[in-house]
Amino acid sequence: MEIAAAFGKFTLYRIQVLGRSGIFLFASIYQAFLPPFRLQRIIKEIDFVGSKSFLIVFVTALFTGMVLGIQGYYSLSQFGAEAALGVMVALSIIRELGPVLCALMVTGRAGSAITAEIGIMKITDQFPALEMMAIDPLKYVISPKILAGIISLPLLTAFFDLVGIAGGYLVGVKLLGVNEGAYLGKMVTAITFADIYGGILKSFCFGLLITWIASFMGFTAEPTTEGVSRATTNAVVLTSLSILIVDYILTSLLL
Amino acid sequence: MIKVENLIKKYGDLTVSNNLNCHFKKGEITVILGGSGSGKTTLLRQLTGLERPDSGAVYFNGVDLTGLGRKKLYETRKKMGMLFQGSALFNYLNIFENIAFPLREHTKIADNIIKTIVTMKLEMVGLRGTENLMPSQLSGGMTKRVGLARAIVMDPEIIFYDEPTSGLDPISTGVIDKLIRDLNQTLNITSIVVSHDIKSCFRIADNIIILFYGDIIAEGTTEEIKNSTDLRVKQFINGEPEGPIPFTRTDKNYLDEILFD
Repeated sequence: MEIAAAFGKFTLYRIQVLGRSGIFLFASIYQAFLPPFRLQRIIKEIDFVGSKSFLIVFVTALFTGMVLGIQGYYSLSQFGAEAALGVMVALSIIRELGPVLCALMVTGRAGSAITAEIGIMKITDQFPALEMMAIDPLKYVISPKILAGIISLPLLTAFFDLVGIAGGYLVGVKLLGVNEGAYLGKMVTAITFADIYGGILKSFCFGLLITWIASFMGFTAEPTTEGVSRATTNAVVLTSLSILIVDYILTSLLL
Repeated sequence: MIKVENLIKKYGDLTVSNNLNCHFKKGEITVILGGSGSGKTTLLRQLTGLERPDSGAVYFNGVDLTGLGRKKLYETRKKMGMLFQGSALFNYLNIFENIAFPLREHTKIADNIIKTIVTMKLEMVGLRGTENLMPSQLSGGMTKRVGLARAIVMDPEIIFYDEPTSGLDPISTGVIDKLIRDLNQTLNITSIVVSHDIKSCFRIADNIIILFYGDIIAEGTTEEIKNSTDLRVKQFINGEPEGPIPFTRTDKNYLDEILFD
């Protein structure tokens, strides 16, 4: 009986948190559409979430593409189908690896920093200070971050796709001697617009997930040093898991 | 200026504001005194609308803050300034931008005029020349003064101070006390100060309210409080460990607890 009650209480609490995070997201997005528009704040956040992630995304993409090049070559050559290497590399990157790996890297780099930043703002009373200056903290702090996530992730993913395919080209064509025309030519004919659009749609959702979860965890962190560090860890774990789960759901819906 | 009526606020079973009634007069400095956990910061947060009471009303210039919507509340807040305990400066902005922040957000004042206003406010708190420093480069007393400059940059009618002198050395405490008095006298700003610093309280206060676990146990002018015959007031202002105000929080008998629990 007690176990059932505890389970019920736990479930109710979780549902409440979920509801609160939903209200948090809708209020932040709603505020983003009300004047005054804070273009400068959004640009600053895009710089942080997007531009500063370029290097890490570049390295991840390059090596992912190169590994796919090697693995793909050895698998395909068993059936004498090396010519399909380009299609294989491009499809796996554009449909799956690009959006997912890119989102996971940004989670580790920017998501954790967002949670920590917001948590520290909370500890040092900066949110009530904004309130006292008649400025909505959601509008000033959170909305620009969520917009930046939605804008940056698709762009970063497009960049990831490009570099990844180039990495596969480097290994497949230059190192292992796959025919250059086959690598690139088949890619162009085999990849449809739906593949690209599906990948971008995913990255759009992941961008929202990363900034939403990171902001919410920071905003609701217990206002102590320990609370913020716990919130940061939780944000990264929760975001990474959500990305993988949402990826499965989106893939099954899109195919 | 501010009138509090039948204010009740509870956190779970703990009553932090127990049916409070008090009045803050225009143009005067009122100090809310009380030990840690006496509910004084919570009272301050309710006076500013940062927290809503469970029941009761807070009248600011005759308007009940507890019933106001967000937009109206924000409109009212533009007439308020607040100095937070930890100053609450934005750590990614330098001193100049911290002080200019409310002006940039709420007005369309030209940059050169903003510069003049910020310089004037910094001069008032004696920190001209620190414009380009970051908050982390200043000492605790100095960040409080910057926080104060930011609180007065919109020329508020009232300033709330949350423990303005806690954690400061005696000289910085004196500087902050003098600033609170000066701002009150030169700009005729109503001031409400939450504090547990008796010495600084007597230096600045026109009126004093003493809180004890959610109840107002004394209210009056500084002279009245100094000459009070109430034992609890005497114990508090003399800082005596023994007296009618208990040191422990529990009603349980100590002997009973260690012997029979």
